[in-house]
Amino acid sequence: MISIGYDLGAAYSKVVVLKDEKVIGKGIAKTTLEPMESVIEARKAALENAKIDEGQVERVGVTGSGRNLIVKSDVSATDVTADAAGVNHINKEIKTVIDVGGEEARAVKVSEDGKAINSAVNDKCAAGAGAFCEAMARAMQVSIGEFAEYSLKSTQRIAINAQCAIFAESEVVSLVAEETPRQDICRAVHDGISERLTSMAKRIGIEGKVGLIGGAALNKGLVESIKDDLGTEVTVLPDPQYVSALGVALMAANA
Amino acid sequence: MEQKYKTAPLRCWNKAKDIRMNIYQEIAEAKEKGKLLIGGGAESLIAIPSGFEHAMLVGEPYGAAIAYVYRENPELYMQIVEAAEHAGYPRDLCAYMRDYLGSLLLNKYIFGGPFPHLDFCLQAGFCDTHSKWYQIVSEIEKIPYFSLDLVPFDWEIAGESEKTKQLKRDYIVSQIHEAIEWMEKTSGRTFDDEKFIQGVMNECDSTSVWAKICIANRAIPAPLDEKTILSLYVLAVIGRPRQDVADFYKECLAEVEERVANEIAACPYETARIITDSQPPWFALDFFRLFESYGVVSVGAHYSFALSGGWEYDPVEKTWNAARTPRERGIEIKTRDDAAKVLADWWLSTGTVCRGVRHSGAGKIQRIMDMVDKWHVDGVVLHLNRGCEGTSMGQMEIMQALQKRGTPVMTFEGNHADPREYDEQRTFARIQSFMETMDLKQIYEFKKEK
Repeated sequence: MISIGYDLGAAYSKVVVLKDEKVIGKGIAKTTLEPMESVIEARKAALENAKIDEGQVERVGVTGSGRNLIVKSDVSATDVTADAAGVNHINKEIKTVIDVGGEEARAVKVSEDGKAINSAVNDKCAAGAGAFCEAMARAMQVSIGEFAEYSLKSTQRIAINAQCAIFAESEVVSLVAEETPRQDICRAVHDGISERLTSMAKRIGIEGKVGLIGGAALNKGLVESIKDDLGTEVTVLPDPQYVSALGVALMAANA
Repeated sequence: MEQKYKTAPLRCWNKAKDIRMNIYQEIAEAKEKGKLLIGGGAESLIAIPSGFEHAMLVGEPYGAAIAYVYRENPELYMQIVEAAEHAGYPRDLCAYMRDYLGSLLLNKYIFGGPFPHLDFCLQAGFCDTHSKWYQIVSEIEKIPYFSLDLVPFDWEIAGESEKTKQLKRDYIVSQIHEAIEWMEKTSGRTFDDEKFIQGVMNECDSTSVWAKICIANRAIPAPLDEKTILSLYVLAVIGRPRQDVADFYKECLAEVEERVANEIAACPYETARIITDSQPPWFALDFFRLFESYGVVSVGAHYSFALSGGWEYDPVEKTWNAARTPRERGIEIKTRDDAAKVLADWWLSTGTVCRGVRHSGAGKIQRIMDMVDKWHVDGVVLHLNRGCEGTSMGQMEIMQALQKRGTPVMTFEGNHADPREYDEQRTFARIQSFMETMDLKQIYEFKKEK
């Protein structure tokens, strides 16, 4: 059985191809103002990576905020459900998932059989999502990779008090002007995001092991802040940005 | 999927619509018909002016009606809300108030014609914004303003002493007398005690019967869905002391009970039930229909049940029943003072919305839990309403308490009367996630109403 899973997010389109529930291909493309182009690009990359033709795909699953772009599918599920299915497939011990996407972050509680049983999503604010990190890296004039590295070298804790991304950016600019060490500002940004994410996770109640997925899980600085905030070990799942696409591909295969 | 229950339109539906529109028409025509026109909020003891030939423009439902305008005429809505903002009333204030003030400042009555010129304002200070709201109206319109200072009873589980309760009763009764004398002096008209007594009796009848209608909705299948409930409850909000409203609710109750007896459902596929909290986003009630496409019926809300309902606490069963009216308790109302005492006690004892505004916490949690149990609720949807601080008080506490007992909870952020603070697509996505976590499948494709 070959199935394909699309996770069409606000920042990236991610596609996973499965054969008998094993990943054989992956593809990713930045979402643009022509979102269908991004879908086509990510699909092409995934199929090439899997070394198969589109005609060989037997089942299709879609998730993400842009999932309506795929008109014909066997399964259409929200990110919450897809996250739970994907995480449970990879690591059954993880019962609490934090998914940090580009524009949205969510916490999901996962049942023994891989279903989402509770969830919380950030409200109308990007301050707890990946896009916030990118905006702050731009304000600091560094790449997101450098931003993470700086954060890990921080020696003192400072707080960014603003509750919104726009005001936080002004605060970062003020800290730069005050000659606050760059690594401490980067850490403060991650701490601020982490605080929002972990309070969201606490809203649904943390149980079992905590897993981190979504593109922002690749940011080691943010992961460190989340670990400190939760006071527990956090597992970054392999290929964290593809877990939702994997989940919905599995759901399609089993539909 | 085969339809699970039979459905039928509510026969009294058109009558409800007619009564509502008549009230707004009477407001527009009040002056030319020689009636007093009074401004005030829904909780401002609207039975007090019943002793006059009058019409009353009740602020909150008028604000809700303006919010609904956004659906049909977004340009007009924007003109209204921007008029308030340009006058210095920013987005973080009560959204009903901003909509109302915008309409007043633009001099546009959304039911047609110029904004009707009020004779005076009569408002209760149970909510800080409301007191200020009518101060602003009186300043803009250059009309007199009487503000009653109301302190609601605490929730029953708080065990408030009889002594403080009596002090609160006496305090309100004295203010009702003062308000009547003030209105007579201000208007130069004579107050008719017989009409006042009838208004108070109608208020008790309307709200008690509304509570019975809500209780009838415990039946499975639910005879009413929340979208319909919101169209019915509003009559009590704008006119519960009126004879036509009191009579309407009796007719409505009979029909709802008939629906229960014949298993006539609001939602033909009812498989799960929810309740909501706080006012809904009035311009976007479609979200109830999205729930229904999953076989989920919203059977009510503390807001709509309590704002229009008279509820009496049963300390033995620890639950709320429809309050017994003075007539049912054998209390005779013969004088103005009798009526003032009954009205004060009714407001303090049977209204639970004001308690939620002033005394949040454990009491409201108990009320919501009771609703979950008695109305056979499978999940709770909390509208984190950024347009009303009062009704959204304590929502996070409620969420935690519900989660602790294992009741699924969904939250969404919005504003009951300002569509600029509501993200429909995101809310829909959240509902879909919530349905999936409750293991519910969509039964038919949801299409937004036009």
